[in-house]
Order: sequence, then C-alpha cells, then structure tokens
Amino acid sequence: MKKVGVFVCHCGTNIAQTVNCEQLAEAAKTLPGVAYSTEYKYMCSDPGQTMIKKAIEEHNLDRVVVAACSPRMHEATFRKCVNGAGLNPYLLEIANIREQCSWVHSDKTKATAKAEDLIRMAVAKALKNEKLTPSVIPIHKRALVIGGGIAGIQAALDIADTGYQVDLVEREPSIGGKMAQIDKTFPTMDCSACILTPKMVDAAQHPNITIIAYSEVEKVEGYVGNFDVTIRRKATCVDPVKCTGCGLCSQKCPSKTDSEFECNMSQRPAIYSPFPQAIPNKPVIDQEACRYFKTGKCKICQKICASDAVNFEDQDELVTIRYGAIVVATGYSLYDYNQYGEYGYGQYPDVISGLDFERLVNASGPTMGKIKRPSDGQEPKTVVFIKCVGSRDANRGHDYCSRACCMYTAKHATMVRDKIKDSQAVVFYMDIRTPGKNYEEFYLRAVEEYGVTYVRGRVSRIYMESGNLIVQGEDTILGTQILVVADMVVLATAMEAQPDAAEFARKIGITFDQNNFFNEAHPKLRPVETFSAGIYLAGACQGPKDIPDSVAQAGAAAAKVVALLSKDEMATEPIVAEVNTNHCSGCGFCVPVCPYKAISLKTLTERVHGSVAWGPAGKEITRQVAEVNKGLCQGCGACTVNCRSGALDLLGFTNEQILAEVDSL
Amino acid sequence: MTMDNGQWTMDNEMQRQQGTSVRLDSVGKDWDPKILVFACQYCTYAGADLAGLSRLQYPTTTRVIRVPCSGRTNPQFVIRAFQKGFDGVLVAGCHPGDCHFSTGNYFTRRRYLLMTRLMEFVGMDPRRFRVCWISGSEGPKFQQVVTELTDAIRPLGPNHKLRDTELSSLVGGIGR
Repeated sequence: MKKVGVFVCHCGTNIAQTVNCEQLAEAAKTLPGVAYSTEYKYMCSDPGQTMIKKAIEEHNLDRVVVAACSPRMHEATFRKCVNGAGLNPYLLEIANIREQCSWVHSDKTKATAKAEDLIRMAVAKALKNEKLTPSVIPIHKRALVIGGGIAGIQAALDIADTGYQVDLVEREPSIGGKMAQIDKTFPTMDCSACILTPKMVDAAQHPNITIIAYSEVEKVEGYVGNFDVTIRRKATCVDPVKCTGCGLCSQKCPSKTDSEFECNMSQRPAIYSPFPQAIPNKPVIDQEACRYFKTGKCKICQKICASDAVNFEDQDELVTIRYGAIVVATGYSLYDYNQYGEYGYGQYPDVISGLDFERLVNASGPTMGKIKRPSDGQEPKTVVFIKCVGSRDANRGHDYCSRACCMYTAKHATMVRDKIKDSQAVVFYMDIRTPGKNYEEFYLRAVEEYGVTYVRGRVSRIYMESGNLIVQGEDTILGTQILVVADMVVLATAMEAQPDAAEFARKIGITFDQNNFFNEAHPKLRPVETFSAGIYLAGACQGPKDIPDSVAQAGAAAAKVVALLSKDEMATEPIVAEVNTNHCSGCGFCVPVCPYKAISLKTLTERVHGSVAWGPAGKEITRQVAEVNKGLCQGCGACTVNCRSGALDLLGFTNEQILAEVDSL
Repeated sequence: MTMDNGQWTMDNEMQRQQGTSVRLDSVGKDWDPKILVFACQYCTYAGADLAGLSRLQYPTTTRVIRVPCSGRTNPQFVIRAFQKGFDGVLVAGCHPGDCHFSTGNYFTRRRYLLMTRLMEFVGMDPRRFRVCWISGSEGPKFQQVVTELTDAIRPLGPNHKLRDTELSSLVGGIGR
C-alpha cells in the first residue's frame, strides 16, 4: 500500500492570500493514497524541510507531494530533502500552486478549487512514480579540439595545462587560422604574428597536446564522456618523422599555384607550408597542383630531399580515437563580395577585401608590407573603405552585424594614413559600433589623430573612369551625393559561417541557427555549451567574434571540458526512454525520430516456450528490438509517441503517470 | 447562451441527433469550461511560470500537465482528456526551430494537424482543441491563449461528444 504525504506551502502570503491552504491540506487527506497531509508557512525553509523528513519517518511515507512554487524553482531542493529522509528523489512530485495558481488568480474560492485539482493530479502521478536511479557512465579523460585557430589553440592550451591530453585537429597544413593572416590587432596594434606564433609554438611543444594537422573529422559516434571520433588524416605525401622542415623541396618545386594564405595575391609551390612560421613546419603536397600527380613526371622534391621524406604513395588514413569531451572551434569564413554587382562583381582588381588588405600590409606578405594596389603595384594615395559589405544587408548578405569590421576598418584606415605619405582614407559607414575596452578610443584616434574621413552613408556604385575607380555614394548627414576618385577600395566583408558548417554540425550532432552558426545551449547563461552534452563551442563558429572574445570563450569552453574530465564518471539524468522488449516489434520507427541517435536496433536471441506460429516450441529465435542508449537519450519522449506497439515509455513521464494525471480530474 | 444566438456548432448538432440529455441551455452563464494543458517544460511551462511571476491574471479554467517536450504528448492523451470530460485541450510547446530537443515540436505540429482533422471527422468541434507555441519569455501570450481558449469554449458548452463514463475498458494500447 503506497502512502503519500502532501505538504502544502503558504509561501508567506504568496500562496495563502489567494488559496486557502488549510482547506487544501484537509481536502488532500481524502484523496486516494494520501496517508498524511499538512501545511506550513515556508516549506522550502529549514524547518519546513525538517518537517517533511520527520513526517516521512513517522508516517512511513513512500511518496511525497509538495504543493508550492514551480518545480522549476524548488524541485531540486525537495528532491534532495526527501532523499535525505531515505526516499528515492524521483518519488517526489510538485504541485505548482504559486506561479500557475495563486499568482494568476484572484477569486479565492476558484483558486482553491484549482489548487485542489493540481494536488489531486500530483498525487495521482506520485502514486505511479517509481524509483529512478541515475546510470553512471565513465568519462574518457582525453579532449578533442576541432579547429586550430586562435580559439582552438587557446582551448587546447588551457585544457592541456590542467594535465589532460588534448588532440588539436586542423584541416589546413598548419594551425594558426585566420589570425595568422592578420597583420596587426586592434586596439593595441600588436603584431598579430608576434602574439600568435608563440602560442602556436607552446601548443606544439606542450607535452599534453597532439597536433593533428591536415586532417578532418569524419565521423562522431558515442556520447558525453565517450565520443568515438574518426579523423581523416589527409595524405601529405611527406613523412613527418623523416622530414626536417628544411624547405628545399618547396624552393625547387616547379609547380606553382595561388597561395590561399596570401589571399591568392601571390603563388606558392605544390609542396608547401602555408607560411614560414607554420606549425607543424612540415610541408604537404597539394595533389591538385603537383606536376607529378597531374602528369606522372617530375618527382623533383623526392630526388632533392636529403632525408628521403617524400612518399608519393601516401594515402588518406582514418583513425578512430575516443574522447571524453569535444571543443568545436571551426571558425568562420568571409562573405564573397563578388555578389555585389555595384562593387564590380569582383572584376576590379583594386577592389579588395579586408583580409586581402591584411596581407598587403603585412611585412611577410606578397608586397613585403608595402601597400601596393594589386592592378599595377602603385602605391594608392586615396583608399576608400566600405563597411557592412554583406553584414546588416538582408537582401544580399546577412541580417546580423559582424562585430569586428568597424574596428578593423579603423585599423586599416589608420595604417593607410600612417604608411603612405599624403594619403587619404575615406570610410563609408552605416553606424560605428565600438563596444569593447579601448575600442571607442581607438576609433576616435583614427579620426582625430590620423585624420581619417568618415562619411555616413552607403556606396551605391563603384565604376572605372579613365583608369581610376570612382566611388559614388551618399553622405546622409549632409544629404548630398559624393564621388571619390579612389586608387583602391577595401571592403569590410561580413564574417559568415564556414561553407560546410551545417554539414559538419549534422555530422557531430549539434544544432545551428539560420545563419549556420552553431547554437549555444542558452544565449546568456550557457554560452559555450551546446545542446549535446560534452560538446562545447569556442570562437567565431558560434557567431561573429573578435580575437579577445574568441580567446575568452575558448577559456570558458576549456573550463567546462576540464570540469567534465575531472570526474571519473558522471551520473546521467534517469529520465530516459525505456524499451519493453516484450512489446517491441522491431519496426524501427523510433530510430529516425530520435534527434540524438540514441536508439538503435539490436538482435535479440530468445527461447520460445509453447508452440508458436513461426516454428516449433522450445526453439531459439532471433528478432530485432529497439535499444535505447541511456547516455545519449536526453528524455524528450518523441519516440514514445511514435511507437506503434507502446513498447517505448519515458521514465519519469510514463504513459501511466500522465494518464493518471488526466484521469484524476 | 443558446443555440439560437448563432452559436451553432457541429458538436451541438451531434448531441441533438444523439438525443443527449444535457442541453446547453442548462449551463449557467458563469459556467467555466475545464481545459487541460500539456505544456513542454522548457518553453510553455516556463512561460506559464513567467505569467505567474508577472502576476498576469487569467481564468481558473486550466490544469497544466508538465511534459518534457510537446512531442511527448501522445494524441491518445488528448483523446483521454476529452473522454474524461475536459471541455478543451491545449498542447503547447516551443516555437518551431526553438525546441530544446531540436525536433520534438515538428512532430507535434504534424501530429496535431492530423489530430484536428480526426476530431472534425468524429464530430468534435475543433475549436475545443488547440496547439500553439509559447516560449519561456512569453508570459503574456500564455495569459492571452488561455483567456481566448476559455472564451472560445464557453459558448460551445460542456463537452459530451467523447465523454465516457465507463472508461476502464478503453484506451487499450496505452498505459499498460
């Protein structure tokens, strides 16, 4: 015989003013299964909780219903409380008579009647509650960081410093990401390479970090604490152990192609490292550019290599490694401004992107740091900057603001004024957004000290006239059309999600928003977690971010990973789906419904007793049944509704429990 | 609140055809319908809590059952509610695209489009049933939906259509 105790809380006067708590407690006594009922001013307080514990012991209660505030408020409190008295915490039910009753009604009679119903429902459900025990899953103490940009490097370093092993996977031949291409950083004008490359070296030399470069994540299986990740190591055709990184092969390579690192403004050999400070500093062969792979002849690099490291037979290799946690730091890509017809569809060589400009102004870039325009190598005297190209433009680009462009445009304009004598820098803008420490000051310095001209308005057209670029725009403050004869135009193109972001997200099982940026679990309170336990986000893959924000988020993600890995095992929420294999027909309808890939079919071998239609009695038969992986199941219950034979049920919210609530009224 | 004032519904007609004894006329003007709400715990339940925090007043007609996801709400629960004499049922969850479980409310949406058709087919007034999306920040919307639904059901009178007095033998496929 189940014995339910009902505890009605007054919540001071919050409940008591519109609900007659004494009457409730009296009425509860008459409900089926209720053995004890009482009321108290503050049930959540120490005396209140002691009262519940005492009553459980004195009256041998095996179910508890607390009629109080929302379960979202104090369910955890009261679960702990009943657990203290030796009851399984899942034998507790809450009747929400504050948020959903006393606070929203003023008629005391009606509100009390409703509260009575709410208690009746909770009691009915509680009678069907069963003990639930969290299952325990082991935590594999190794972390994977996907993406070797500044966010990934920082996350890997922070995790590794606490003593855990980290693998850092990067799809390019070197880690470093976009930050390696950037010349200087705002607002301090630090040299980007000078602050990044030491971190890259730290990562390479860290005893707990393994850099897996020129590799991509192929498949992720498993769940928090136990991800089995398949990584494709792309064929580099260079044995990393034998290679000394001397670079002779790159010098002698006869095949040349556009250098991605230099934004296609210069050429690189087919066997290459993207940039001199690359880590790992071992070249790879770009098979699409390599003469040997195209024609079957050449092999100069192999002949010249003193350590015999070149191996044309190298093949892609798949490795599967188990990780406890994953940090996704796959970064961003840039909006393709060729879609802007009025800016020349990318036809004018002197209309370039901000990242192109970074390479032009970089001392190790294609022009050795001298700002020369791409068309004829002349030094531009008048440089026009256009902001929000693809950002805040719902028609052709994205609705959102890319956050970093206002600042880097101010930086670029400052550099033009600084590096080119008698130059002019004109910035067309919609708004100026400088929300960061020392950012506004940086922008003001560009205007006041460096004399950058800011024009509020959008550029409607860029066209060529007698060899010059004419930038036509509107000054919306003066209300006039203006024409600027420019030598070069720099477009602040939007940061956007990687082109394969959606595909990648599906592969590893995280969600993404309308712009293909990965979703955080909560925009304010869980900014680095994803909805998939054990997978965290860092950097611009979650949304446009500048370097300080990416680094901060990487640190936060690392802290989450470390907190997870610090445990040997973790308890999972026991509210998960359960299969009754006796009822399961193995139809598999539940498998595609599950958003967490938690359900799979397994083969069951059993001995059949009695005679059955499909075979003689006592025979062993095998049949398919569904199986729920409790580590992956998040307890949404979508499968339970889909199950034709009613074999699937959700613990904590079983069909029986919910129907008991319905039936109680 | 009679059938003469234009409140002619399929439900009423069916009742008359079947000679049900309770007439709408017998229900007083201050009759309150009983509405069962299946609220997803991440959005609508939180939205209902927010309505409370903001002290937004609405009729005492609703009884909320918390479910982890609107996709957990089996259509058989809804049918059972009508069988048990609820006058209206509301299934509410996160807005499409916002589901805590990524896809649960898409199933809800599809399932209950079909459910509404079924209800029409069996002669239930579909106005007694509603599916809507109320996020955790939409306390006022919870208030509005409950108020609207109450006002919509009140002229329809008590639900007799699926009401079953001897329920025990029914709903076999579930809850065993």
